[in-house]
Amino acid sequence: MQTAIPQRSVRWRYLKQGLFFAVVRLSAALIALALGGLIVYIVLHGWEAISWEFLTEPPRDSMTKGGIMPAIVGTFYLTLGAISVALPLGIVSAIYLSEYAKQGPLVRIIRIGVNCLAGVPSIVFGLFGLGLFVVFLQFGSCILSGALTLGFLILPTIIGASEEALKAVPATFREASLALGVSKWQTIYRIVLPNALPGILTGSILGIGRAAGETAPIMFTAAAFYTVKLPTSVFDEVMALPFHIYVLATAGTRIEETRAIQYGTVLVLVALVLGVDLIAILIRSYIRKKKRW
Amino acid sequence: MEDKVIIRTKHVNFYYGAFKALTDITMDFRSNEVTALIGPSGCGKSTLLRLLNRMNDLIDGTRVEGQVLFEGIDIYDPKVDPVDIRRRIGMVFQKPNPFPKSIFNNITYGPALAGMKSKSDLEALVEWSLKQAVLWDEVKDILGQSAMMLSGGQQQRLCIARALAMKPDVLLMDEPTSALDPISTAKIEELIQDLKKQVTIIIVTHNMQQAARVSDRTGFFYLGKLIEYDVTETIFTRPNVKHTEDYITGRFG
Repeated sequence: MQTAIPQRSVRWRYLKQGLFFAVVRLSAALIALALGGLIVYIVLHGWEAISWEFLTEPPRDSMTKGGIMPAIVGTFYLTLGAISVALPLGIVSAIYLSEYAKQGPLVRIIRIGVNCLAGVPSIVFGLFGLGLFVVFLQFGSCILSGALTLGFLILPTIIGASEEALKAVPATFREASLALGVSKWQTIYRIVLPNALPGILTGSILGIGRAAGETAPIMFTAAAFYTVKLPTSVFDEVMALPFHIYVLATAGTRIEETRAIQYGTVLVLVALVLGVDLIAILIRSYIRKKKRW
Repeated sequence: MEDKVIIRTKHVNFYYGAFKALTDITMDFRSNEVTALIGPSGCGKSTLLRLLNRMNDLIDGTRVEGQVLFEGIDIYDPKVDPVDIRRRIGMVFQKPNPFPKSIFNNITYGPALAGMKSKSDLEALVEWSLKQAVLWDEVKDILGQSAMMLSGGQQQRLCIARALAMKPDVLLMDEPTSALDPISTAKIEELIQDLKKQVTIIIVTHNMQQAARVSDRTGFFYLGKLIEYDVTETIFTRPNVKHTEDYITGRFG
């Protein structure tokens, strides 16, 4: 004969479960609310400033009128530069760490170093970039210096995501390939990398967002307070969206007058970052749909 | 008999770090025969199998002593490239592990990287390999589809076809049917019988009946030692060692 399970304990268990689910739902809702609220706030304050002129013209009248086109172009170049420095370097480092390096103290130290790098305040990167690229290597304050600095800033994110993605590729794929007499490099290049790509892209999504939004690293290395001239080489100084916001909101003499432009610029920056994220997410889901295991 | 030996291990010891997984294994594998390796879990039979095409190289902290001679050449000689060894000694794993590619590309992956470029050669090879693995009729119209869509049994035969496409001399099979249903298992056992005409097969199995059905010779392993190695019929009807008899009759293991 079986002992009947007491009804009360069952009810209590369901109650506990319901309570737990409610807490989880509430947390998720709070996060969504915070993000949604932020976006709504920015859109409400910023949309009036947005116009075709705002997006395509340089600032006028001590930056109290006109548009932000040079800053958009500058941020685009800086982000593109940062990602083209950090993505190859990050992927290669991740391949070394997860596929080639003998797991031991050295690799552990490198990994700790990478993680620490991710926690370093961005202003430190800015000073590092100033010291190394601007002064020591004599690049001056320019796209190259800024892109390299931002590249180092997002490197840990990309290494971390790439390493995770590489590890997520089943070991059986590697075994199957090697057992066919395929060399280790070919196995990585033909089997491991293509299957890790969606995960690596996720890493670069986060990287792009961060690179586009950071102010401190480009303050001393790339960003100009005001320049109407569009860059013609990587050795030109550029305006950039986050720095433009910073300048208008804190350093100008007519801060109140430019409020609308500030919100407009914020809106453009947020829209750009979210847009880039969206494109990357679409690419990722497309690749994921194609590769299934 | 001597000239038929294709792989010979001589006093092989194998270590995972400090753990000695194999002790003094001396064993001949004859060409165009099926050799079964049996024994309880952890007895070292899979370790030995993976030694024969240097797959154990992939595990950090392992060490081999003694010699593994493949056609007289020690495959652990520093001058020997494991890639060359694995091209001639193929492997089929416990769980079917096709690549997330099309059926066609699963077969051509190895040969194409080994230098086979001509499209017509590759197409002929795909047909030949799939026919060898008795899968051709089932997949000939869906070669472009993902291998992940096949059933487990079909996937395992695809993996066999993929290994055969490299035209290996030896095929190592690590419990190839343990993840499959009885019908798929029967198909693969039948296949093993046909294949031995052209390729030497060494198979690790937990299934005693399977060893008895498919193999010509059987080696019984226990705690990293080769306890008894003989013609399969002898092993299963009148083993010389009491230990072997106990295992085969199910008194332990």
